[in-house]
Amino acid sequence: MSKTIKIRKGLDIRLIGEADKVKVDAPVAKTYAVKPADFHGLTPKMLKKVGEEVKAGTPIFFDKYRDKIQYVSPVSGKVKEIKRGAKRRILEVIIEADSTIEYEAKNVKPVNQMSSEEVKETLLASGFWPMIKMRPIDIVADPKDEPKAIFISGFDTHPLAPDYDFLIHGQDEAFQTGIEALKKLTKGKVHLQLRGNADKAFTSVKGVEINTVTGVHPAGNVGVQIHHIDPINKGEIVWVVNAQDVAMIGRYLITGKFDATKYVALTGSRAKNRKYFKTIIGAELTDLFKENVNLDNTRVISGNPLTGVKVEPEAGYLGYYDYQLTALPEGNKHKFFLTEGWLSLGFNKFSASRAYPTWMMPKSKRYDIDTNLNGEERAFVVSEQYEPVFPFDIYPVHLIKSVIINDIDAMENLGIYEVAPEDFALCEFVCTSKIESQSIIRKGLDVILEECM
Amino acid sequence: MKFLRKIFDNAHEALNKSEKTKKYFPLVDAIDTLLFTPNHTTQKGAHIRDAIDLKRTMMIVIIALIPALLFGMYNVGYQHYLAVGEANPSFGEAFLHGAIRVLPLIVISYAVGLGIEFLFAIKNGHSVQEGFLVTGMLIPLIMPIDTPLWMVAVGTAFAVVIGKEVFGGTGMNVMNVALTARAFLFFAYPTKMSGNEVWISGLKEMKTNGSLADGITGATPLGDLAAIGKEGATFSNLNQFLEAKHGLMDLFYGFYPGSVGETSVLAILIGAFLLLFTGIGSWKIMLSFFTGGYLMALLFNLVGGSDYLELPAIYQMMLGGFMFGLVFMATDPVTAAQTGTGKFIYGFLGGAMAILIRVVNPAYPEGVMLAILIANVFAPLIDHMVISANIKRRLKRVKTA
Repeated sequence: MSKTIKIRKGLDIRLIGEADKVKVDAPVAKTYAVKPADFHGLTPKMLKKVGEEVKAGTPIFFDKYRDKIQYVSPVSGKVKEIKRGAKRRILEVIIEADSTIEYEAKNVKPVNQMSSEEVKETLLASGFWPMIKMRPIDIVADPKDEPKAIFISGFDTHPLAPDYDFLIHGQDEAFQTGIEALKKLTKGKVHLQLRGNADKAFTSVKGVEINTVTGVHPAGNVGVQIHHIDPINKGEIVWVVNAQDVAMIGRYLITGKFDATKYVALTGSRAKNRKYFKTIIGAELTDLFKENVNLDNTRVISGNPLTGVKVEPEAGYLGYYDYQLTALPEGNKHKFFLTEGWLSLGFNKFSASRAYPTWMMPKSKRYDIDTNLNGEERAFVVSEQYEPVFPFDIYPVHLIKSVIINDIDAMENLGIYEVAPEDFALCEFVCTSKIESQSIIRKGLDVILEECM
Repeated sequence: MKFLRKIFDNAHEALNKSEKTKKYFPLVDAIDTLLFTPNHTTQKGAHIRDAIDLKRTMMIVIIALIPALLFGMYNVGYQHYLAVGEANPSFGEAFLHGAIRVLPLIVISYAVGLGIEFLFAIKNGHSVQEGFLVTGMLIPLIMPIDTPLWMVAVGTAFAVVIGKEVFGGTGMNVMNVALTARAFLFFAYPTKMSGNEVWISGLKEMKTNGSLADGITGATPLGDLAAIGKEGATFSNLNQFLEAKHGLMDLFYGFYPGSVGETSVLAILIGAFLLLFTGIGSWKIMLSFFTGGYLMALLFNLVGGSDYLELPAIYQMMLGGFMFGLVFMATDPVTAAQTGTGKFIYGFLGGAMAILIRVVNPAYPEGVMLAILIANVFAPLIDHMVISANIKRRLKRVKTA
């Protein structure tokens, strides 16, 4: 049964700088990176050494503990450098790209002739497997698991998020093929959640349960959708895939080429040329930023402002999962309390709290928010602040506290299996006490993975 | 601004030069962060953050207290002049007298409280937290005007150290800090905190030098009511007695002796409006606290049997610290229940207890302070029950699925 769900809780952060719906080519990147940090909890085991030649789709490293999951090079070229951090942890594997991309030649059977095992093997070998993530825990899915369902969110409600309908337009066949493959991976249903007026590629797809979800952010978060459609109980596993990635998987299954081309939306008030840029997973962003972003005291983010990762403007690479780049002003200056600080009238400030006049302003007003913390970290003081932006039947503060004291029983009881860090991004945003709830929840999920899974 | 900024930057630099002075960093930091929102940027998690912070939240509560404070100052003077027999003191005269008597209370409360906060900040190496900004204003407002200053100092010190810092500081305390101060003084020095001689400034001296006007006892209306309840009514009913002394509107405006900030329902309601408008104060607690108190008073009306029990419920709401406790004390987010449903239960319990203690107990005329402290103690239990229900709901889902 398809469901219609209205999310009443949440918050749309009205930022300046949405991308125009224009597709352009990004400057060709010289280097590309595969970053183990994109995949939480991964311990990479290298397959290639510095100097070795690779093609697009050649495995570079694999997961030490789940060795079937391989991570591949997005382009052809030479392994230029393996960047390591503390304790020799691998941070980035950098590949110097050839001028034309050569693909690893693979023969892929048509999906409808493949068994479910074959689909799994094909995806694992292709390098696209990491696009499938699991809930709970929010890490790359384990091929040994039997998910009870697969959920695909057909829209993104994060601030300045790319328009998925615009991105998917014209990819009907690829998307349908991707769905066919995913259907073979679960005995349960494949759920696709859409807003009203979705693109034909979404609405005409066959073999999925299409649910309608309306409401403000985080209505587009797949965790919220799962909670309202078919919540996860202890012991159950659900897989989730980004709708755009489904199309990319489909494209691979049709062509047999590891074609990691994607369009990313360049957004944020510091971006001068806000468009959808055609680029490749892992591409170096230096030139793209140099040409299209005002880099003076700017934070550039691979991803959205709530859950994205800060990248260096000089040596940043596009994240594996990201369809958005954001450029925001850094907030690294002192603000005098009466004029622009904590006691100002604050007509230019955005706040979910009614202590600032945001709530009396017209809904069309857009805000330029910098990266200042706007206060200092404190203990929890204000209560019932998270609930209005947290559309789960879960008590967020108590869950966070149970993680802080590392009480596994309490975490399980309070609903840790249903949440991912991204679901707490708004809690983190609105918090008066500036508590880093996303990283706290991440820590809790890691403990659960270690102790209970 | 740049000039100010330079001073602080230099101060930080000077402090950081040696290990010995480094620990005094919180002192400068507290004033710095008060004047400037710091330049900290987000390092992990969400890159943008809401403009709200604890300082603004606390400041809004302080602003909400200002009407009660100003009226309190005026009323202190007004009651004083009434007691010396000047029925119509000029506004300026009355306010000036009140301000002179109230300001020292505020200064002492802040000096002692913030002093202790600074000490703990230096000792524990954390920044000075904002909690006391509101507490420091609440304490003078719930004191009788003639409380000796040293007593205010002792009470504040006790409340901050035992009521808050031993639990870990702002956000960790179990009971409302300002009420802890008052409760401590109430039980440690009962003669200075209750009775008939502490509510009007200078009443005792007037009594000794004989300048007290006729008919002024210095008792609060609640004190009168409690006394009459014990001695038996000389009026046909209490209603009449109250009307004779203070009409309902008098009680609403607050022209009667009492703790500094608690008397004027009007001034308190202005504050309540600001708290509700900004969403800082919880409407759930305010509503349920009022409902609890009102229903309890109605219940007593039904039971009847004595004049005090039959006092109309609306009078009970106007009297004593009920409204002040409702708006400013019960809504303290740290010590109140933290779940939505829990807040309704917590508020109702607090309001009902306030009237119950006030009416039934034979020892002291007012019960709001103790009722809120009891509700504070029960708040974690209430939350626990609400959360258990949520956990059961989640477990039940597995069975039905």
